[in-house]
Amino acid sequence: MLALLLQLPETAGHAAAPGPGMGLRDVGIQLTYLAAGVLFILGLYSLTKPARAQRGMQLAALGMLLAVIGTLLHQHIVRFEWIIGGLLLGTAIGYPLGMFVPMTAMPQRIAISHMFGALAATLVGVAEYQLHAAGPSHATMAALGFEVMFGALTITGSFMAFGKLQGFITGTPITWRGQNAINLTLFAATFGIFAYLIVSPDHPVLFYAMVVMSLAIGVLMVLPIGGADMPVVVSLLNSYAGLAAAATGFAIGNTVLIVCGALDGASGFLLSVLMSKAMNRSFGNVLFGAFGAAPTGAAAAEIGDRQVRSVTAEDVAVQLAYAREVIVVPGYGMAVAQCQHQVRELASQVEKRGGTVKYAIHPVAGRMPGHMNVLLAEANVAYDRLYDLEEINDQFEQADVVLVIGANDVVNPAAKSDPASPIYGMPILNVDAAQSIVVLKRSMAAGYSGVENELFYHDRCAMLFGDAKSSLQQLITDIKEV
Amino acid sequence: MAITLLFVFVLAAFVGYFVITKVPPLLHTPLMSATNAISGISLVGSLVLAGADRGTLATLLGFIAVTAATINVVGGFLITDRMLKMFKQRLPGGQAGGSEVAAPGQEKP
Repeated sequence: MLALLLQLPETAGHAAAPGPGMGLRDVGIQLTYLAAGVLFILGLYSLTKPARAQRGMQLAALGMLLAVIGTLLHQHIVRFEWIIGGLLLGTAIGYPLGMFVPMTAMPQRIAISHMFGALAATLVGVAEYQLHAAGPSHATMAALGFEVMFGALTITGSFMAFGKLQGFITGTPITWRGQNAINLTLFAATFGIFAYLIVSPDHPVLFYAMVVMSLAIGVLMVLPIGGADMPVVVSLLNSYAGLAAAATGFAIGNTVLIVCGALDGASGFLLSVLMSKAMNRSFGNVLFGAFGAAPTGAAAAEIGDRQVRSVTAEDVAVQLAYAREVIVVPGYGMAVAQCQHQVRELASQVEKRGGTVKYAIHPVAGRMPGHMNVLLAEANVAYDRLYDLEEINDQFEQADVVLVIGANDVVNPAAKSDPASPIYGMPILNVDAAQSIVVLKRSMAAGYSGVENELFYHDRCAMLFGDAKSSLQQLITDIKEV
Repeated sequence: MAITLLFVFVLAAFVGYFVITKVPPLLHTPLMSATNAISGISLVGSLVLAGADRGTLATLLGFIAVTAATINVVGGFLITDRMLKMFKQRLPGGQAGGSEVAAPGQEKP
């Protein structure tokens, strides 16, 4: 199938050729695109094995270089000053974004990068429309429409996601009455205009109205989405950015754009599906059903006057010092406290005393897919100590101590036992199977979903209150003295 | 013509789907930044727009598009590389190595 796919660009590249035949120059360009396509697929394939991933992605970067060099040979390119200017400016901005952004800022860094990709696609789409004096053909209009719609809503949607993750837009869902009805109406109107434009492309005013409305949809789509649902949204925007690029390829008849756009779109789509599944929620529910306002009365009443057990760092340090099997469950709280280095240091202390430490990573822990893995890798935790939900869930029984650091909903047993709970059905980490559970937490506040966590009232569960970073530092000091 | 392009799109999406299904959750963040860098391929379309001399507006839009796409290409590949370097090597005892020697073949139990 691969071979079949990769032969296609050559035959499909006629759009770039001026006549019915294909000049030597065009063949050369198409061959660089073919090479780029192959290298991109190999690069993504290399991501299936951590040890060879870096080399694989370096090959993909080489592919990108080839595609750029090939494009510069294009006969339509007659002036280079703006090209060079754009390349230099882009490099000047992109280099620090690549080299100096800390790993802790990765969710917002990823979110904003979708904006740049979508911006490029949208601008190409707008210019293409503008350049067709009497309006583009119906087919081209369809491609341009998808391009600017996906592009425009990704621009503003990504910017909003960036704002929420960076903290200058509130992370709590912003909702109002009739919100879904308004959004759906706007969406239907935009699509109506799009359909009309396909039939009758030469209506610039309608075209620009469609762009503006898509920009508005991006804003309205992300406003009601809360922090913990960000992994789904960020992946979805990843997918849209890809689809915008693919549509660009259709509009200008460029196969390498279509291949990359399809890869990107498929990847983002797959990630959003995985994230939704990990929360046991449908796409629609994430996008249209902000759930911060879930009723918690019943659950709270049921817990009544039960008391949580609070422990001191000293007690926990003793437990950890003699534990053979420790499992750490990190959550968004670890990212907020930026205490991944302390976590690793504590783990080395446990290992020094002969214990083993594993890390249980829930798919939606944090604010983007793989968030916890990146933070722990940054703190030099070896990746073979990081376990997925399925891999680790039957190992909790053997664990002497489970340390829950800044995680809440992903360890809430109500997801299994309480059909009335808003998180019911979400796959969780079975921490309650362990001998002893210690939860590092700032206060008794409920998790993002607003649900009380029964785990905290469990017989074998103890709470170590305080800022996670200072609690961990205390634990490190104490364990050295045991 | 359009149908050939559709072929390319659908088959590439299939390849993408099956390759990416195999990417472990461990590398989902690098996967996102990698696909992002790759989607900087919009640069190809932007370059033609910026250099084709088809009027001031087209050139200006092309210039901005080249800049935006280059940010993604340069920044995207660099940051993916930085992340993957962290996942590349490991030392015995649960410590990942920076640039030191990697321990041979420690597999997960």
